[in-house]
Amino acid sequence: MTATYYDVPLLKPPVWTWEVPLYFFVGGAAGGAAIIGSLADWTGTDGTLARDARWIAAAGGPLSAALLTADLGRPERFLNMLRVFKPQSAMSVGSWTLTAFSASSTAAALPPLSAVAGPVSAALGAGMLTYTGVLIGATAIPVWNENVSLLPVHFAASGMGSAAALLTLFGHDEPAVNDIALAAAAVETLIGAAIERRETPAMAPLREGPSGWIIRTGGVLSGPVPLLLRTASRRRSWRTAASVAALAGSLLTRLGWIAAGRASARKKP
Amino acid sequence: MPTTAFLTDSTLCIGCKACEVACKEYNQVPADGYEFSGRSYDNTVHLGHSTWRHVAFVEMDTALGAGGNAGEQISWSFVSDVCKHCEHAGCLEACPTGSIVRTELATVYVQPDICNGCGYCVVGCPFGVIDRRPDDGRAFKCTFCYDRQRDGEQPACAKACPTQSILFGEIDELRARADERVAALHARGMRDAVLYDPRETSVGGIHAMFIVRGDPAAYNLPPQPEVPTIYLRDGWRSAAVAAIAAVAGTALAFVARRQLGEGDGSRSRARLTS
Repeated sequence: MTATYYDVPLLKPPVWTWEVPLYFFVGGAAGGAAIIGSLADWTGTDGTLARDARWIAAAGGPLSAALLTADLGRPERFLNMLRVFKPQSAMSVGSWTLTAFSASSTAAALPPLSAVAGPVSAALGAGMLTYTGVLIGATAIPVWNENVSLLPVHFAASGMGSAAALLTLFGHDEPAVNDIALAAAAVETLIGAAIERRETPAMAPLREGPSGWIIRTGGVLSGPVPLLLRTASRRRSWRTAASVAALAGSLLTRLGWIAAGRASARKKP
Repeated sequence: MPTTAFLTDSTLCIGCKACEVACKEYNQVPADGYEFSGRSYDNTVHLGHSTWRHVAFVEMDTALGAGGNAGEQISWSFVSDVCKHCEHAGCLEACPTGSIVRTELATVYVQPDICNGCGYCVVGCPFGVIDRRPDDGRAFKCTFCYDRQRDGEQPACAKACPTQSILFGEIDELRARADERVAALHARGMRDAVLYDPRETSVGGIHAMFIVRGDPAAYNLPPQPEVPTIYLRDGWRSAAVAAIAAVAGTALAFVARRQLGEGDGSRSRARLTS
């Protein structure tokens, strides 16, 4: 039993509101879509898949920037993010990645520019998929920094799963899209199991209280549910259901991690 | 320029909160409401966007030299908490705009004309000091009275302190004085007096040190503060692995499926049934 100061929490909870978890969701899906679009094009898969994936990325990039800007205390100062580049700040690296991704993904959706901008947006999309994990992992919040190695993988799988789900909902039945969705769901299932197994005090907000429920619901919807629905039947309606579950799961996962961070900061020291 | 620092000595603090008032007045920090906490005589409770000095009221068993005339009474220990101006500051490292800077006095300063209120410093501080002011949108914390120091004045809190519990000066000098003070307190029987200056952690020491009696955690001073940049290496390594896996996995899916589809010689075969 260590001493405390009237159980007053030591840390300040994150000030981020709904825009930031929604941005994590949109940015992850857009990043995944940019990768799928570019590689579908490169391997000569059906042209409409590459086109649709690039449009998702092109819509998601600027939307991500808008969400991140809306969450700033002084949105009119967004450009101050581009005053400096600080490798030691994941927020700085992320702001530059997001800005470059928005520009390149928009350019990639325009046919004359897609050959050059496509691969660039795919590379930056890989950054969009993963950097948000580092962003929250490299903080003083115990439940986040305890999972700094897990989060980038978790968010990458979540983002790839969302991108594949969106493309499925857009009517894309290419087996490769199904493979990507299955792989993402499999990784999410493993990560969910890993979270349940680790029982350190810092992990408590992932299992207890409202944040625990959000995380668990999100985990089931983005892991086992689409995995089972996509393997159990080859019917299109099941893939549609799997895609809706994966998207809802990915959004809940992002909301859950922010909620868990808030709960973690409020725990008594 | 010298590296300046605070040494806040709880054994001299009488809990008058003159430092809190002087800070608010001088820096024109907004009021933070009339809330009765019920926690001893401390209704300030913690540092925040509008509280840059906070006097903690710690109640403990009667102890030599710290009040308590009769056995059933408690003895009070006060300490005026403040931004630690860390050697390796989490808020400064996290700040994406360069708003938070290290001044020529080695203090950590938020430039209010640059801050865009992203909130990343809030989760970067291992001491829970800096916070975003909701009605303003920017992050605020102790400035170490940068403007006063530039004019050769000591910070407002130190100036107002009537018992010299808040000492202000050159950091090495204050560290030497802190060691002397702790030794003197030990010699007077206060064996539980300790200097709080986590130099062995990744924070690398603080420019606002504290002398407290007993466990620093009782004053909400964390035993093991860490600057969050120590987590970056694991994070980016994992991100690189995940990014490569996502791109390679996607490429593999497309290449493998194309070869399967081409083997059949039919584009329609390369689709799932509907």
